[in-house]
Amino acid sequence: MLIKELTDLNGVSGNEKEVRDFILNKINNLCDSIKVDSIGNIIAYKSGKSSKQEKLKVMLSAHMDEVGFIVSGHTEKGFVKFKAVGGIDDRILPGKRVAAGKKRLAGVIGSKPIHQQDKDERNKITKIKNLYIDIGADSKEEAEKLAPLGEFISFDSEFTELGRDCIKAKALDDRVGCAVLIEVLKHSFDFDMYVCFTVQEEVGLRGAQVAAYRVMPDVALVLEGTTCADVPEVEPYECSTILGNGAALTIVDRTCYCDKEMVSFLSGVAKKNNIRFQYKQTTTGGNDAGQIQRTGTGVKTASISVPCRYIHSPVSVMSRSDFESVERLTLAALNEMNRDREFLKNLTKVN
Amino acid sequence: MQDILRKVTQAFGVSGNEEEIRKVITSEIEKYVDEIKIDAMGNLIAVKKGKSSAKSGGAFPGRKIMLAAHMDEIGVIATFIDEKGFIRFSNLGGVSAFNSLAQRVRFKNGTIGCINAEEQLEDYKNLKLEKMYIDIGCKSREEAEKLVRIGDAANFTGDFYVNGDRMISKAMDDRSGCAVLIEVIKAQPKTDNEVYYVFTTQEEVGLRGAKTAAFGIMPDCAIAVDVTFSGDTPQCRSREVKLGAGPAIKVKDSAYIAHPQIRRELEELAGSNNIPYTLELLDRGGSDPGAIQAAGAGVPCGGVSIPCRYTHSPAEMVSMEDLKNCVKLVELFIKK
Repeated sequence: MLIKELTDLNGVSGNEKEVRDFILNKINNLCDSIKVDSIGNIIAYKSGKSSKQEKLKVMLSAHMDEVGFIVSGHTEKGFVKFKAVGGIDDRILPGKRVAAGKKRLAGVIGSKPIHQQDKDERNKITKIKNLYIDIGADSKEEAEKLAPLGEFISFDSEFTELGRDCIKAKALDDRVGCAVLIEVLKHSFDFDMYVCFTVQEEVGLRGAQVAAYRVMPDVALVLEGTTCADVPEVEPYECSTILGNGAALTIVDRTCYCDKEMVSFLSGVAKKNNIRFQYKQTTTGGNDAGQIQRTGTGVKTASISVPCRYIHSPVSVMSRSDFESVERLTLAALNEMNRDREFLKNLTKVN
Repeated sequence: MQDILRKVTQAFGVSGNEEEIRKVITSEIEKYVDEIKIDAMGNLIAVKKGKSSAKSGGAFPGRKIMLAAHMDEIGVIATFIDEKGFIRFSNLGGVSAFNSLAQRVRFKNGTIGCINAEEQLEDYKNLKLEKMYIDIGCKSREEAEKLVRIGDAANFTGDFYVNGDRMISKAMDDRSGCAVLIEVIKAQPKTDNEVYYVFTTQEEVGLRGAKTAAFGIMPDCAIAVDVTFSGDTPQCRSREVKLGAGPAIKVKDSAYIAHPQIRRELEELAGSNNIPYTLELLDRGGSDPGAIQAAGAGVPCGGVSIPCRYTHSPAEMVSMEDLKNCVKLVELFIKK
């Protein structure tokens, strides 16, 4: 399964090579040209079939990187100090398995044992700066050799199927988007399509900024894994999305007010094709859409996401039916844009 | 100018939902400009072409100037409707929970609601928008959904009042800047310069419209007109900016440090034409000049600010005298 293959790969922000190589290999024969730009994005171009009219540029984007860690130091006794890359909740860290570097050196995140902690410490969250990774090294020298300063570290977590419809894995954010776009590249449309697999989203939407500047698209669609909080102790109005309720359309988040015409187009396509969808009900978070939308003279941009519980953790959980909804909606929207040329033309008209 | 200000402040135009205010401004200015464009971010761009002369080989000899004022206002957006018809919401732009309590909001279709907070709240210091809701007087989700859908934006209502030189309304931020630009357009200043009057979108959520507008125009220089905090209310932080003390020439805010030449030009123009002015050093908040100056390979950009009390509340106050002096200063700048 493609999502298993993709989430098994390690690609902490700034170190996406493993994911990039895998995707390049998968899409090599599916597009007209492939460029890996200077920051590390893949920009796969698929020429439009139509030669008659002015071809519009549609950009699709998903980020390859995942949250993780980086080695920041070593103790005399051979423990590895580390910092987070991207947004990670300190509370989930103690006791987690991690893998350092290309060779996937095994390690565990440890902290001061509970029976050594005083009352105050027990009631407090252990901060990342007080945690360490134990790689079984005896000395500083050995630790430095095995996990040198600057080495990238990923969560070590197996892809597992839960129940009838769910999947647990790390990095669902945003390998689910990558999986959808690999599928999209198997199809051709009349418009020019630029499928971008971006880097460094988790540290500030950095890859998308340069990818969009190079492509200068008319329209952009961002494929994402997004937050899902339909869990105990969360009020219904605080749930961003609900697992199993289908593809999540963003109206507005902290980085992007999605183009309203595009959002209503996407919901229309979903209804017409009986594809389950939901609106993301909170306005927090953000993704590549923010940077892409404000590139050049502006880009009509929207996001379609797969809800992921426990996002940015080694145990993200998603529903396969939601993933299917996202994939179907993306393809249906592209087909509809292809069929209804007026829509794209009107959408991008500067009056 | 008062009539225009009344019209533009009362129009609907929460960040990302600038359709109505854009129409209002368009109808005010279309007679006076050569061309009107709307870009992908929804910015309204009105062009007054530069005069070409035979000497310059048909090209206009002047500068390409961009003038910007944002037309969006802060507001709220519906995120969830419960079974009893109460609407949970989130902010669009800098909305204070305290300023929102017990206020009225108006959705685009005219539906009015009032904002209140969960009664269990023990300490109002902990008041947060997440603990608040909009009541539009409906008994059920079904009834409410006929009027308001998730994703619908609403503005705070705040009538327009005049008290001598002083005016109170919602959305003085930044419709008063829009009114200044409209006045400049209507005055039809004689100049060889090509002037792009831009009414930008989504300033309140991150200076977003100005960025793409400036990239599309790539002017030689730019001025943005926006409001700034006034420093003349009881126990406020001390600032030089005061209501009635004239336009504030922007030195810095959290997104911008003034281009030295543009700032000097503005100060000299004000000084030599007896326009009172102060200097603005804004301690919190950014505005469009920050986005404009970093567009493309960079744009020398200045800021002319309107002193405003109670910014980001439904009752913002500005002075007509200040507005008129802003118009004068901006006109002098584009004639140069």
